[in-house]
Amino acid sequence: MMEYFLQQLINGLTLGAVYGLIAIGYTMVYGIIGMINFAHGEIFMIGSFISLISFLILNSVGGFSAVFAILIVLLVTMIFTSMFGWSVERIAYRPLRESFKLAPLISAIGMSIFLQSFIQVFQGARPKPLQPIMHGGITLLENDGFAVQISYLQIIIIIMTVGLMIGFTTIIQQTSLGRSQRACEQDRTMAALLGVNVDRTISLTFVMGAGLAAVAGLMFTLYYGVIDFFIGFLAGVKAFTAAVLGGIGSLPGAMLGGVLIGLIEAFWSAYFTLAYKDVAVFMVLVLVLIFRPTGLLGRPEVEKV
Amino acid sequence: MAAVQAAARRREGLSGVVLDALATAAVALVLTVPTVGLKTDESGGTLIITRHFDTVAWIVAVVFLGRLCMNLFMARRAAKPGEQKKAGPGAMDRLAASVARNQARIGAVGFVIAVVLPFISSNYLIDFGTNVLIYVMLGWGLNIVVGLAGLLDLGYVAFYAVGAYTVALLATNFGLGFWTCLPLAGLFAAFFGVVLGFPVLRLRGDYLAIVTLGFGEIIRIVLLNWQVVTGGPNGIGGIPRPTLFGLPFVARSSSGTTFAEFFGLDFSVSQRLIFLYFVILMLALITNFFTVRMRRLPVGRAWEALREDEIACRAIGMNATNIKLSAFAIGAMFAGFAGSFFATRLGFISPESFTFTESATILAIVVLGGMGSQLGVVLAAIMLVSLNEAGRWFSFLGDIALYRPLIYGGAMVVIMLVRPRGLLAHRQPSILLHGSDGPRESLVPNDAQAASTGELP
Repeated sequence: MMEYFLQQLINGLTLGAVYGLIAIGYTMVYGIIGMINFAHGEIFMIGSFISLISFLILNSVGGFSAVFAILIVLLVTMIFTSMFGWSVERIAYRPLRESFKLAPLISAIGMSIFLQSFIQVFQGARPKPLQPIMHGGITLLENDGFAVQISYLQIIIIIMTVGLMIGFTTIIQQTSLGRSQRACEQDRTMAALLGVNVDRTISLTFVMGAGLAAVAGLMFTLYYGVIDFFIGFLAGVKAFTAAVLGGIGSLPGAMLGGVLIGLIEAFWSAYFTLAYKDVAVFMVLVLVLIFRPTGLLGRPEVEKV
Repeated sequence: MAAVQAAARRREGLSGVVLDALATAAVALVLTVPTVGLKTDESGGTLIITRHFDTVAWIVAVVFLGRLCMNLFMARRAAKPGEQKKAGPGAMDRLAASVARNQARIGAVGFVIAVVLPFISSNYLIDFGTNVLIYVMLGWGLNIVVGLAGLLDLGYVAFYAVGAYTVALLATNFGLGFWTCLPLAGLFAAFFGVVLGFPVLRLRGDYLAIVTLGFGEIIRIVLLNWQVVTGGPNGIGGIPRPTLFGLPFVARSSSGTTFAEFFGLDFSVSQRLIFLYFVILMLALITNFFTVRMRRLPVGRAWEALREDEIACRAIGMNATNIKLSAFAIGAMFAGFAGSFFATRLGFISPESFTFTESATILAIVVLGGMGSQLGVVLAAIMLVSLNEAGRWFSFLGDIALYRPLIYGGAMVVIMLVRPRGLLAHRQPSILLHGSDGPRESLVPNDAQAASTGELP
């Protein structure tokens, strides 16, 4: 069944794009301050909620074309979600940067629980459905009544992801902000001595990460059409797995890991059992950590005393 | 640093204080308008937006006033530089230190209260006490892993579940009694701890956190889907209650005498409740006794040394992986014991009882109480279980259980900010060169010193 395989490939790539965008947030934060931002999955969840609310408001106003509506929502979601990313760093991580090693980690877990139940309390616990914004797609090939389809939505998701990847790679490699980020990643004290504003750089890293998570949240809302306050947990763990698989700290690695995790999940659901698809992803995480802790594209980590 | 100083300067003067508070309130406004102000509600099958800007106004006002008070308080502290430089131990530090000094006395009083309580209180209070004790035991077990060995375990509930399901499966399939199952459950959970811990314990601490999180989820998903063995979402029922040397706590038994008949008492339900209470009290005290003794053994000292500086430990030839593994396995074993008690107490278990929220609750208990502090865990367990019940006690609190995770999460962040070692944490050396007549203050590193000497990049 070549067609079935192709269809799953397309679905997996779309899913992988979403995971990859979240994974970049983990990898950037880990690269720069060496901690797992446990609250990142919840930032993604908040992004999906803000996008849902924006769509509902646009719907009630009416009279927008689908693409234009998506663009407006994208902008609004990125702005508001970035504020969440910024605030989380400012409140829960910055004061703890010099504290003992478990402190920021526990603070991050506390923040994650807080944000999750914040949405649960103020937005309600029930799943929230959204009417599809976009219909239709392109039939790539048809054989024996089985059509391989790529929907317009999937095209938009993949194009947006590729665009964002190019944009962010450019920022990190070409701009002065990117240089500061890479400097902080190598040696924060030295960077500060050379006049890099470390606090600002770290804040902006969180803002960028949250912005990408917001896009992922928007895509998730559009693609699945139903969200709840709990989606951040699983998506967060899977995106983290993607970041580790690709090599934590490496930007292209995060994207590659995201795509691989998306494909694994899609093919596992298609050919094995749906019930254990999350277990499959967790097993990948454990196996990578045992046999190749540096991931596919990561550099080995040297502990400094 | 420059930014911090600039912020400190900005905070000086009344107008600066107010401006800063206004800026914070503005951020709060931006954050809450889309998430709180515009609520998605269902109406006739479709989602509509309802506006809740009054709640937003309340939150923003609280944030503004809170930030204002905090700034004023900090400005007053900064105004007395001499005091701020050598403030010494704060009020909370002194309290924690005196609690640590009088640990034996407080423990003894607590023990007497715990023993007497069931005989002078209602069934409801005994049940409440049993709940508290389960969390105390889980907290003490996790304290070995997180507090002593410094390993962040986010899937502790998985071992709790392993213990519970071991008892349930052995009891329902092979007809074994609770007391036979109890050690098996502990052993099995410890075995799981070793199997899981072995591959990941040589990695950095944060990887361990996320792998244990994943493992907790795997266990839950397997319990949910492996219908043939675990009954899936329906769970397992009919788990036998524990007996006192073969005397069951029932009104009438077809096979031999019951507890009430043997002692010539009238049967009442509270006898069983009191018995269960004492079973968990005993289990919890064993956990505590074990931990206290372990801290005096070489392996216990090695746990604490590893927590403080792993590189130094490896440099002097300690086998870090094995030492961590022992802490992990022992912590898992106690979770297994607690899980087997949980199963036999309710007589019914299902995967619903073993979600990540439960792991987070246990972690919150350890963190809030003070990592490594046994009394702190008791205090935090009482606080958190009371929070569940508070809505029932005080009707004006309404449905406070809904806000529970919000409070846990917020409290975890706040505690890390103000007292990173936990409310009742008091760090003192386990060994002293010159006798044990109280810790010598010069030997006790405070957190700031520890951070500046131990955590240089």
